[in-house]
Amino acid sequence: MSRMLNGLLGWIAGTVVVFALFSAASLAALTALAAVSPTALDPTPMNAASSAVAPDRAVILRHLLIQDCGSCHGLTLGGGLGPPLQSQSLSDKPVPYLAAIILHGRPGTAMPPWSAFLTAPEGEWLARELKGENP
Amino acid sequence: MAGPGTEGRKSVTRATPLLLALGLARFATLSLTLTLSLSQAAPAAQAWAQEQHPDQTQKTLEAQHQALTQEPNQAQPQYPAWSQGVTSSQAGKVADNRDGSTSAESGGANTIPCPPPRGTGDLGIIVERATGSLLLIETTGNSVLARIEGLGDLSHASAVFSRDGRHAYVFGRDGALTKVDLLAARVVNRVIQSGNAIGGAISQNGRLIAVANYEPGGVRVFDAATLEQVADIPALYAPDKPASKAVGLVDAPGQRFVFSLWDGGEIWVADLANPAQPQVSRFKDIGKQPYDDLITPDGRYYLAGLFGEDGLALLDLWHPELGVKRVLPGYGRGEQPLPVYKMPHLEGWAVAGRRVFVPAIGRHEVLVIDMDTWTEVGRIPVAGQPVFVMARPDGRQIWVNFALPDNDRVQVIDAECLAIVQELRPGKAVLHMEFEPRGEEVWLSIRDEDRVEVYDTQTFARVASLPASKPSGIFLTDRAHRTGF
Repeated sequence: MSRMLNGLLGWIAGTVVVFALFSAASLAALTALAAVSPTALDPTPMNAASSAVAPDRAVILRHLLIQDCGSCHGLTLGGGLGPPLQSQSLSDKPVPYLAAIILHGRPGTAMPPWSAFLTAPEGEWLARELKGENP
Repeated sequence: MAGPGTEGRKSVTRATPLLLALGLARFATLSLTLTLSLSQAAPAAQAWAQEQHPDQTQKTLEAQHQALTQEPNQAQPQYPAWSQGVTSSQAGKVADNRDGSTSAESGGANTIPCPPPRGTGDLGIIVERATGSLLLIETTGNSVLARIEGLGDLSHASAVFSRDGRHAYVFGRDGALTKVDLLAARVVNRVIQSGNAIGGAISQNGRLIAVANYEPGGVRVFDAATLEQVADIPALYAPDKPASKAVGLVDAPGQRFVFSLWDGGEIWVADLANPAQPQVSRFKDIGKQPYDDLITPDGRYYLAGLFGEDGLALLDLWHPELGVKRVLPGYGRGEQPLPVYKMPHLEGWAVAGRRVFVPAIGRHEVLVIDMDTWTEVGRIPVAGQPVFVMARPDGRQIWVNFALPDNDRVQVIDAECLAIVQELRPGKAVLHMEFEPRGEEVWLSIRDEDRVEVYDTQTFARVASLPASKPSGIFLTDRAHRTGF
């Protein structure tokens, strides 16, 4: 738990630096941070039920992950223009951190926000899928 | 890759009669004649094959007939898989080249009887990216001739062709460089040259193949005949930084290769007149995050699209001493860019007459640039974030496809009046478009519907629809004779 909290604190610190570097984008990004912070900062364990997705939706999300995330991260998620997303490369990244990136992107990089296509629970489901934590 | 040994050898002999049958059938038009042509070609093929392999012929023809008469639009169409028949001695060796070692193409004993002569000017390949396979196609009758398997991770794969139009060099995401013999429909050589690759180019004289790599960042150059590495150009742009990802690699006149550094924001021109000692010219501070590039069909101008800022970077290869200049700076007018869900591409196809048509980044617009003044002469609102913006070979039409969520559409722009004259909805996830050599038809890959379609570019009627497994890039052999392809 404390490791997860440390990871989150590290993420917040890193995010501040990123925002400082990309001040033009920071206003929109801070708005995004405000929107995700209740979830991202909540140290209680993820409620599995809250981020469960229906089986047919899971099929669509896996397709999105392989085909569309795969455009930049490789069909095997071994990396491309974007970094590798295989579970071993993400072991030190907490689910809320990954979900926030998936939903809101990373300003200053080619990673776009996917919230137009995904609900917050679906972002979390994808993050857990990447880490191999989905049942 | 291929299954070695007797089993593989048997498959070669089984598969050969089909090549003959398809060879005879190739001038016939598509669906109507696939069955018809088989019945016409079969007696000749059968007689010939009986002579060679009396016990296998009937089985083979029945199997092929079954394959060819299947209903279209199946998720996994059954095309003959020639690579199953490639034995180790025929295929050459698969070598891991990441440590700098190389592999030689093996001559091997050729046990395959020659099919009847045919040209390659109407051939092409379609990348089936999820299954690591290629479809061999022909554009005279718009049909699939064979499936070639065993090419690894083909996400974002692309290809160039030897000048005789016989061999395709396929660049895979997993760092593989694969040489495919189109006439034999099989892999003849393959090296894993890096950990992660993005594309490649063939030199003006056809003797060198260059590959742009993400990992390790830079460009490696290979002998086109043997795939032996002849040069390594790591994209080390700063002493304390890892090598940059290399993007936008193109061939330029004079055995030169030009590419950009995504992380480094530079353009490099590598002269390989003497492949043992590449001469690299660096152009620094060209702009933030060059994502892809094009070279004009005359080989003079190299244009880099920038992802990290509004604008493009232009290098005049006739006058490199003048340096890189910025084109269309600030085209976004300071507005917040829209999200980009798929990285756009630039290709020599963007040039129509004296105008260049390029995707705007983070804007649902196609930008029109005058090539004499290199200034903006128009911008065309389109349905979404453009991915490919491609001129028909005669330059009269510009075809545009899009990133999510508009990737089910294709829009056609009239290059003269700069207006959209047609919108097509071919299906979900239109990934790539390729014009036939003179542009009367265009091939579209529709990934999520597992098919490719061919459209008449004058009437916009669909003239063919062929099953393919998660198709992405389509590459026709006439690219062999174009600079920048």
